[in-house]
Amino acid sequence: MKKIEAIIRPQMVEEVKNALADINIAGMTLTEVRGFGNQKGFVDHFRNNEIYVSLLPKMEIKIIVNDEQVDQVVKVIIEAARTGEVGDGKIFVSSVDEVYRIRTGDRGAKAI
Amino acid sequence: MKTITRIRKTLGVIGIILLLVGLIGYKFANAQSSPAPAATPTPSSTIATPVDMTSATTTAPATAAATPVDAPLAHDISDSVVGKPASTAVTDPTNDPSGANTGGISDISTADPKNAGRPTALDIANQVGKNKIAINFVWTLLCGFLVMFMQAGFALVETGFTRGKNAAHTMAMNMVIYCLGVLGFYVVGFGLMFGGLNPLGTLGGTTVLNHEFSIQLLGKTFGLFGTTGFFLTGKAYDVAVLTLFLFQVVFMDAAATIPTGAMAERWKFVPFCIWGLFLSMILYPLYGNWVWGGGWLAMLGSNFGLGHGVVDFAGSSVVHAVGGIASLAGVIVLGPRIGKFRKDGTPVAIPGHNLTLALLGVFILAFGWFGFNPGSTLAGVDLRISVVAVNTMLASCAGLFSAMIYMWWKTGKPDPAMAGNGCLAGLVAITAPSAFVNPMGAVIIGLIAGILVILVAGVIEWKFKLDDPVGAIAVHGANGLWGLISVGLFADGTYGDSWNGVKGTVTGLFYGDGGQLVAQLIGVVVCFVFVFFGSLIFFKIVDATIGMRVKPEEELNGIDISEVGVLAYPRDDMFSMPERMAPRPKSS
Repeated sequence: MKKIEAIIRPQMVEEVKNALADINIAGMTLTEVRGFGNQKGFVDHFRNNEIYVSLLPKMEIKIIVNDEQVDQVVKVIIEAARTGEVGDGKIFVSSVDEVYRIRTGDRGAKAI
Repeated sequence: MKTITRIRKTLGVIGIILLLVGLIGYKFANAQSSPAPAATPTPSSTIATPVDMTSATTTAPATAAATPVDAPLAHDISDSVVGKPASTAVTDPTNDPSGANTGGISDISTADPKNAGRPTALDIANQVGKNKIAINFVWTLLCGFLVMFMQAGFALVETGFTRGKNAAHTMAMNMVIYCLGVLGFYVVGFGLMFGGLNPLGTLGGTTVLNHEFSIQLLGKTFGLFGTTGFFLTGKAYDVAVLTLFLFQVVFMDAAATIPTGAMAERWKFVPFCIWGLFLSMILYPLYGNWVWGGGWLAMLGSNFGLGHGVVDFAGSSVVHAVGGIASLAGVIVLGPRIGKFRKDGTPVAIPGHNLTLALLGVFILAFGWFGFNPGSTLAGVDLRISVVAVNTMLASCAGLFSAMIYMWWKTGKPDPAMAGNGCLAGLVAITAPSAFVNPMGAVIIGLIAGILVILVAGVIEWKFKLDDPVGAIAVHGANGLWGLISVGLFADGTYGDSWNGVKGTVTGLFYGDGGQLVAQLIGVVVCFVFVFFGSLIFFKIVDATIGMRVKPEEELNGIDISEVGVLAYPRDDMFSMPERMAPRPKSS
């Protein structure tokens, strides 16, 4: 089982959510994060002074999938979240040792 | 010693010092005010029993016949009324905590200074007349100040109903529309709208605004616009004219700020500024002149016998329909926000970011409306103001109520946002008829308005696929026109004699006069056609030349930074980034 963490623009969350629903990924965890990579910040002003803002708001989506689904899910997320501008985000794939469902106690692939 | 002990010691020392200063100061002040014993004789008693007013009136005719009116009254009343005689020595004044001795006969201006403190009947009559006009001035100005405060209400409603990433831009539009509207109206708008409005009866009767450009059509005079009063100079530099200006400019600003809500979240700031000037200088004054400035719509009664011409007491059409219909043209040209409509055309809900602010804005508007409607008498001595105020209050609550019940029925929950819109709809709808209907009529008008606003908002969004983030078209456009129509239905004939120069009180269809309804319907058609096409042409020209809409990527990021350069809601830690990881800001 793999964990896919995708950091995307907040505006693309609906697109990604709908695209994942189309391939039957119906669960995810969303975190509001802030950060930057190649995308530089912007200049805010307050009265006479400039403020350089470089911690940009993004959204992180975490989903757990079976090994076979990883490639498809990553492809779908990239297509849905891409705008072509610097700052589209990144996806990290890592391994997960075990998954449990709290309500029933299921473990493994049944719990995804 | 411990910090808290040190703080307490410091506070204690400061407290003791303040106590000593207060005691010394009190003793010092008291020593000054008590008179030195036997140094000056106190003036003869200034306190007398108040004169019995009934006996004064019965003796007045006798004295008037006996003496010429401009001589001091033979019956010397100066000692028998309450008040200080004019000759009170200033070296030893007495204070008056109860108010019984402040103000009185010595405050009546006398034409002849020798009569100071003993006015003639003419002096008293003159003062009474001045006081009447002064009451009207104070009333009009204070109500104007209340209406100015409605700018805050509009700003909060619009900002609360839109997203936080655009809040600085939305607030900026609402703030800047105030200044551009006032300046544009000052330069040319006021003159176009009221240049021909004479006389200003309740404000002293001045006739300096006496230039109206008219054309002759069908053998009648059709007033089109005024031609004096620009820059408030020359003959317009007059206390009554300036009172009228202040009162009218805040009404214009209400109309101007309505489209900023409908076009929020995607309107570039430059075309918005041009719009502010266009509305205040041209669009609003023209229709306004026709209805309020003595122009042709107001004259439909005296020219063609249609009731009292178009009757719009406080501006359902002049202010609100103008704003709402211009919003309609604006959203057509501007287009919907990104993500508002799915590919199949169904609308997506985009929730506002702060319902608290929005509903506070509704309250501020409802409060300010007590200046909007009752103030439109331009006269505090016109006691119909109580009827106007109560009608306004009743319609606002009826609109809120019916909107709330309708949403409760339709969705299972009493949606507060729609209830707020219903309250505003009731207020917009009662604005035109507020002086002419009875309380029952006001309630009915408000109840209908609350339902109408929800229906129209649904049609705009679902049928016409137009994106109006705050419902401005439904609240102000639809209910502005409904308000205009309702005058022709519900006016009950208890007020409005000689309105627009037509004898008799303003009466609607349900109370016997069908002609008024015809005039109102003409007003509805003219308002819609003129404002819609006038603003549509304007917006299309602006869009073709400089573009009305922000770039899509800016819209997605939020237009606070890109349009006005500041964030409404910066995070506190946003500027703690080490400099080496980010390029320096551009020096401006």
